[in-house]
Amino acid sequence: MVQKRFFAMGCVLAALCAASGSPSFAQAELTTAPTPRPAPISSDSHKGGTLRLAAQNSGGTLDPQVSYISLIKQLETPVYDGLLAFPKFAGSAAQPVIANLAEVVPQPEDGGRTYRFTLRPNLHFSNGQVVRVEDVAASFRRLFKVGSPTAGPYYSHIVGADACLHDPARCTLAGGIETDPTTRTITFHLTQPDAEFLDRLAWFHAAILPASTPPHDTGNTAPPGTGPYRVTRYDPATGMVLERNPYFREWAHDAQPAGYVDSIQVTFGLDPEGEVTAIENGQYDWMYEDVPLDRLGEVGSRYAGQVQIYTLLLYYYAALNVRMPPFNSLKARQALSYAINRHAMVIYHGGAAVATPLCQLLPQGAPGYEPSCAYTKGASPAHPLPQWQAPDLEEARKLVRESGTAGQKVTIIAPLEGRYAAMAMELRSTLASLGYDTSVRSMTQTVQFPYVQNSDNHVQIALTGWNADYPSASTFLQTLFTCASFRPHSDNSPNMSAFCNPDIDALMNKASAAALTSPAESRQRWAEVDRALMAQAPAVPLVQIKRVSLLSKRTRNAIVTLNDEILLSQLQVR
Amino acid sequence: MTAEAPPPPGPWRQAMRGLARNRASMAALAVLVLITLSCVLAPLYARDIARTDPFTSNVAGSIMLDGHEVDIMQPNDNPLHLGLSPIGPTGHAAYLLGADSQGRDVAARMLYGGRNSLLISSCAAVLCLILAAAAGIAAGFFGGLVDAVLSRLMDIMWAVPVYLFAISLSIVTVSQGLKLGPFVVEADSLLIPIVIIALVYVPYAARPIRGRVLALRQAEFVTAARCLGVPRWRIVLFDILPNVTTTLVVLGPLLMALSLLAESALSFLSIGVQAPAASWGTIIQDGEGLIYTRPMVAIAPGLAIVLVVLALNILGDGLRDALDVRDAARRSS
Repeated sequence: MVQKRFFAMGCVLAALCAASGSPSFAQAELTTAPTPRPAPISSDSHKGGTLRLAAQNSGGTLDPQVSYISLIKQLETPVYDGLLAFPKFAGSAAQPVIANLAEVVPQPEDGGRTYRFTLRPNLHFSNGQVVRVEDVAASFRRLFKVGSPTAGPYYSHIVGADACLHDPARCTLAGGIETDPTTRTITFHLTQPDAEFLDRLAWFHAAILPASTPPHDTGNTAPPGTGPYRVTRYDPATGMVLERNPYFREWAHDAQPAGYVDSIQVTFGLDPEGEVTAIENGQYDWMYEDVPLDRLGEVGSRYAGQVQIYTLLLYYYAALNVRMPPFNSLKARQALSYAINRHAMVIYHGGAAVATPLCQLLPQGAPGYEPSCAYTKGASPAHPLPQWQAPDLEEARKLVRESGTAGQKVTIIAPLEGRYAAMAMELRSTLASLGYDTSVRSMTQTVQFPYVQNSDNHVQIALTGWNADYPSASTFLQTLFTCASFRPHSDNSPNMSAFCNPDIDALMNKASAAALTSPAESRQRWAEVDRALMAQAPAVPLVQIKRVSLLSKRTRNAIVTLNDEILLSQLQVR
Repeated sequence: MTAEAPPPPGPWRQAMRGLARNRASMAALAVLVLITLSCVLAPLYARDIARTDPFTSNVAGSIMLDGHEVDIMQPNDNPLHLGLSPIGPTGHAAYLLGADSQGRDVAARMLYGGRNSLLISSCAAVLCLILAAAAGIAAGFFGGLVDAVLSRLMDIMWAVPVYLFAISLSIVTVSQGLKLGPFVVEADSLLIPIVIIALVYVPYAARPIRGRVLALRQAEFVTAARCLGVPRWRIVLFDILPNVTTTLVVLGPLLMALSLLAESALSFLSIGVQAPAASWGTIIQDGEGLIYTRPMVAIAPGLAIVLVVLALNILGDGLRDALDVRDAARRSS
């Protein structure tokens, strides 16, 4: 994967994305039970030094409210803070948000329509300016003014947000955010309850910036932040430097811990093969890109102690257009789900240590995930097995015969890049074995992603991926499969299957609403939604992947979290 | 009475004899024939010898080697169990050169790929020569406005780097195919790379042809034909064309070599031969991701390209020597 992560609509296009975590220098598996642990403060903590990172390309703009590139998010996580944060202690399970610039996580009031925060005292931006409640309000107005990619999807429930979306330049969020400088209180008023509002306040785009930050994309200039580091140099062609923020004093270790190294230097331009070699030679400490497939064996055998493997909330799937032949037939969709060889898909990503066969639309680690595989040998939607066993070609061919779709032409639209090409060929082979006249049309990923979303392009089957910005069932199920998320004739229609089932929509609404009052019930309902969706097979989930990250020999204390991956501020160098 | 001396051999026969005496050219020709024959027999090899389908992904499959079942994708030996590598050269009929990243037999794909590479390069060379001959003869013989227009057009095409030109055309056509009135060429048709490669090399062949025609136009036999009132089309067809044929024949192998390189480059960039079909360029692309673990996947087609291009160049040199009258006179003296 060349460029990575973060792309559209609160979720991410697969190869443009990644996330998440495990303890240092150990392989991690996701667990469903949250096990918060304090960040390890090792006795041999080593402060100082320069951390040297390598990335293939720069990530474009540094504006934390505009950038949707994972590299920038990862580099700027120790630069900016929101009112809330995802915990920064090691662990591979989804964790609830914790207070960051706010003193505590508030309880919702008014049936989930009001949230009242108190800003911590004595906080400073990296330019020395004190953080005021007005900065908080201005930051949320700026989200709309700069056209933040998540302004609509994540923050449209704030009162006044509709007007801001309509006329960003005159955005006031009147009635939506109230501030009281004397008590340092910020009150958010929502038009309707939003079960994920707190998660969204912890999301990267909700960074608090000085009120004086210009209301436009700041491009190559990083606005002052509150974190332990500040960006002191950035040249998209060559590299970036982060140095200590002299005004930073640690206020909550789990939310924004102080950094160990004095500076972080990032060099752009090396390809992943070159990055691996450079790290092996001790010239760099960490590479942003995944270790290339053909170097996995070498890295696993000679540098096993320097490898981090962690699960991402990222999966690849084939979206089947339920409004076009042959996949307007439920039996044809189910046939493909039975026939696909997920073991082969795992092999394409580097084997069982790096990828897991996925049978359902909620990945491991997402709230509501309950292992279930309806389409594998010996299973059915009514009697699923806990995990995928093997393809069932016999059942698949029978379903194709019953659907009467054999012999029809099917074109797979797939990204040109890397593993997608191999997965597309596997899909093609599978469809051909079911009797379809199959071809693959490849295009670059940046073109393919909007192309397959637009119903005008009459895509029958699209190979794509999805990654959550934060652990949430709705990010996968509601974003990808509700009637509302199918927008005909639009390049921004994440429901690529054009799937619309009002009954399942109602189930999702119930699951979402339950999150405000009973998270356990909500998770149970999301699991039901997952099974109901899989019975309709609007997509064929293929594989969930893990990230393989390589660190230099001199690097220590790799803390990995589900949301922020490796915490750069916590790395130590000797 | 003495026996009448046999008539001297014609120029073509002389040239062929000259070529036959050139050992390097004969060796190159033999290599070309051998490679072409092997590629033509690709289906036979895949079906009856390797017993494999080189167009179907087979990463989850296995083969029997010396009575043992062996996975085509083999786990790497490391404590983290990271990564799998395709099986390497087996030395057996099946997977002789190993597998690619999709578990397909590289040797079988090499032969199928060679069919496409050789077909595209030879057809592109022939098409290019036809177009170049038409343009060069028209420009050289008619002169004036025709020459000015055609020559400037060639200059413009020449000014654009050949690979950039080919990539631009390919990107446009490979996504949508070609629609010329009632004729529709599918995006994965081999016609597309053939036409593109032929087009981009036209100026390279048309220029020397035009130069030769300019010289021939002043030749006495052409002047004589004109004085006798021979129609211009007859002069072109029966006086000019036969005299540029040697140039075309010499250019043929060289153009084919250039076309082969261009086809490989385009296919390597995924804008030539489209998957699951293969060409030597696509196989090199497949091998790029395996260069550290299974370098043979990229090396084998690379070697095939080098071998064919080298053979075509040697053959082209031999043909030039054999067909060049002045050179022959020098040699005989």
